[in-house]
Amino acid sequence: MKTVTESHDIAPVPSDRNRPKTKWNIKRDWPLHLMVFPALVLILIFQYAPLPGLVMAFQEFKPWLGFTNSPWVGLEQFRKMIEFPQARQVILNTFIISSFKIVFNLIVPFVFALLLNEVRVMLFKRVVQTFVYLPHFLSWVILGGVLIDILSTEGGLVNQVITSIFPVEPIFFLGDGDWFRFTVVVSDIWKDFGFSAIVFLAAISGIDPSLYEASVIDGANRFQQMLYITIPGMIPIAIVVGTLSLGNILNAGFDQIFNLYNPLVYHKGDIIDTYVYRIGLISGDYSFGTAVGMFKSVISFILIVIAYRLAYKYANYRIF
Amino acid sequence: MHHISLPYRIFTVCNNIFLAFLSFLCIAPLLHILAVSFSDPSAASANLVKLWPVGFTLDAYNETIGNENFSRALWNGIVRTVAGTAFSMFFMTLAAYALSKDNADFRGRNAYMWVFVFTMLLNAGLIPTYVLVQKLGLINSVWALILPNAISIFNMILLMNFFRSSVPKTLEEAAYIDGASHFRTVFSIYIPISLPAIATVSLFTMVWHWNSWFDGLIYLTDTRKYPLSTFLQTIIVQQDTTQMNIDPEDLKMLSERTVRASQVFIGTAPILLVYPFLQRYFVKGIVLGAVKE
Repeated sequence: MKTVTESHDIAPVPSDRNRPKTKWNIKRDWPLHLMVFPALVLILIFQYAPLPGLVMAFQEFKPWLGFTNSPWVGLEQFRKMIEFPQARQVILNTFIISSFKIVFNLIVPFVFALLLNEVRVMLFKRVVQTFVYLPHFLSWVILGGVLIDILSTEGGLVNQVITSIFPVEPIFFLGDGDWFRFTVVVSDIWKDFGFSAIVFLAAISGIDPSLYEASVIDGANRFQQMLYITIPGMIPIAIVVGTLSLGNILNAGFDQIFNLYNPLVYHKGDIIDTYVYRIGLISGDYSFGTAVGMFKSVISFILIVIAYRLAYKYANYRIF
Repeated sequence: MHHISLPYRIFTVCNNIFLAFLSFLCIAPLLHILAVSFSDPSAASANLVKLWPVGFTLDAYNETIGNENFSRALWNGIVRTVAGTAFSMFFMTLAAYALSKDNADFRGRNAYMWVFVFTMLLNAGLIPTYVLVQKLGLINSVWALILPNAISIFNMILLMNFFRSSVPKTLEEAAYIDGASHFRTVFSIYIPISLPAIATVSLFTMVWHWNSWFDGLIYLTDTRKYPLSTFLQTIIVQQDTTQMNIDPEDLKMLSERTVRASQVFIGTAPILLVYPFLQRYFVKGIVLGAVKE
């Protein structure tokens, strides 16, 4: 590639991402295009090619008739979704469960990072981190297996502890609708609070140490430092995290719910994703499943775009 | 060190106790499963096992490993993880290198970025994707587990940001002057320098593959091809064995409580094995990805 012109300039030039579009230079850049090509093809096939399949939502799709011959039904599937009490309940469940998750997955890691920051013994701090990050890396299949075992009403570890302390009957954590929601939210926080705290710990370590030194001279004690330096230093990133999580309002956690739920708790625990799976792939109603899934995708898309715009505007956050 | 007030000292003690308790809560369920897996089956079914094995025995592990359904699924899981990670990393690294250029050095880079990033915002959803994979004829093939998610935009951007911030431009310039091609530059400069970042992303990809179960459930119709996660999902979580062509005797054995626990633990073991390496790097990687420039 030595024959390439001198414009092949890898010298440290300032980023020019705001420059107007320039013409492609295939002669110079072909190796780079070649490098992007496989990734591009995979993304085009598996992310973009399914998008036209959304027409199923406006059809009464039959696999043997295909997209072109299946009858068109307009917005019938969406009308069904709105009028069908089961589908409405599923949307409501999704919203309730994910709202609780979003709120607590912000508060708990925030407080945990704050408390962990007060630990001065480094070894202890590291041990705590090692333990609390671990559940994040385990799949919901594994944790589903574990939770079904320890939450069992017939001698599960948790119920053993509860019944030995309080004079109550064993709790149907996974068999009662309200308890199911509670279990889903708590186990989700349990799994991820440690890992989610990393971004807050990074924010804390980014606080200028001279602020603390100055506060000591001004006579601030540790609590005051926490209140007036550490917490304000964490707020901007908390706002970003909170804003971006809005895009997840219809993501109540398919992997988790699918591995924990059962027909007893469908009325309170069934969410859009699990419903789409059962209606679409198990019962074979592709069109209705696609319509419900599309409802989720479109709402999420709008929310994510709004969230990113807000995060960009107010916190100057961007992903690339 | 300045004076530390008594209330703060009391707070510190309470805080440490609380955090120690929290840490315990995070691993206690796993300790319990581990204890059950090493216990005598009768002690386990009588709920005598808490966090320490009762009547220590390795029988459950012998049965699990010796069971050909389980060992086949374990092997499938390993194959899927190794092949899938190698495939993903190769193509993600190449793309991340090209995309780490500025638009002036690689005209079209920004256009590519938009094509990639848009997929983080909108996806077609389960059923159109399933129909597509079916039309491509990938049903019941291991490629259905490798191809659809081979390019993780998030990981690719992580690599790209690392390349942008950590590879000295002067080094690359020197290589260019010496006549190195782009491919040469990737393999001789970028990859060696970025080994920690590449290791981090590889580990994340491995964990993702090892933990993935749903794609196996929907794309594989032959249960003998199930990777371990999908196998465990069917046997232990769903406890739906109507689809599995497993000998009833084997099935009875596999649903014994201690044997179930040992299967769960073996499913966890690879994660625990890579966890120390993962932990060393992920904080760095995430921080790098989150706060660049």
